Amino acid sequence: MSDDVKRALVAGHADFAAGIVSAVEQITGRGEGLVPIQVRGLCGADIEALLKESLLTSGARVIFTDLHAGSCTMAARRVLREVPGVTLVAGANLPMLLDYALSQNPSAAEAARLAAERGRAAVSVFEVKE
Amino acid sequence: MTLVLNRIDDRLIHGQVVVGWGQPLDVAFIVLVDDVVAESDWEQELYRMGVPPEMEVRFHSAAEAGPQLDHYRTEMRPGILLTGDIATMKCLVEHGGVREVNVGGIHHRAGRTQHLRYVFLTPAEAAALRELAALGAVVTAQDVPATRAVPLDELLASREDA
Repeated sequence: MSDDVKRALVAGHADFAAGIVSAVEQITGRGEGLVPIQVRGLCGADIEALLKESLLTSGARVIFTDLHAGSCTMAARRVLREVPGVTLVAGANLPMLLDYALSQNPSAAEAARLAAERGRAAVSVFEVKE
Repeated sequence: MTLVLNRIDDRLIHGQVVVGWGQPLDVAFIVLVDDVVAESDWEQELYRMGVPPEMEVRFHSAAEAGPQLDHYRTEMRPGILLTGDIATMKCLVEHGGVREVNVGGIHHRAGRTQHLRYVFLTPAEAAALRELAALGAVVTAQDVPATRAVPLDELLASREDA
């Protein structure tokens, strides 16, 4: 997958995007493929416009958002209606983004789907039974 | 229970509403009042997909919502009344008996001045909030339950750097 195709936007609440992208960079050294989107203080329409512009300027075809009900997810779903060929993954976590950043899959959409599965499977609960 | 929060939020249904308020208040339904959303099946589906399956969302136009609010106040479970702008909430203050208004999010747009981190207002919007108060509504700004409710006078006097 070329670097352009592999790029993805990461958007979420507060400093979620910058924080999680910095974690990907620290762990893999490949955080440059993920573009953090800062939406603090923006209304829904402005978030939508920012996502569209960022897709255009970055060449990304995948958007990761933090929360299913979040305003970034809502805006991204509107973008999907207008911009063909974009994949949205809502509920992103660090294992998911690590998988995407390291993926060698030639298809950005397929890499996103596989990363979503990895992120879903990476949630564990540890308890000490008394 | 009844409508436990009457909120103005230009993002409508999003994380602060569903999780921030919805979980601690054990909200079972959201009454979303917006003329555009009320006319669009696609928009309604978008917002329905943003809430957990146990939470209902009901959609109304501004004109039809007012007379319905007494019905919602008799619900046994708690609910949130939600509008995307001040003008719609004004309709509900005038025709729906709303007496407490939460300004939860009015975000940056050209011509607006920042008052709080999450409240930007044009002079006309500031005047419209004063009109809500003049109609008898207690207007405060508060984005999430853990923060302080900012009284209207303090909100309008506040200025923050964007």
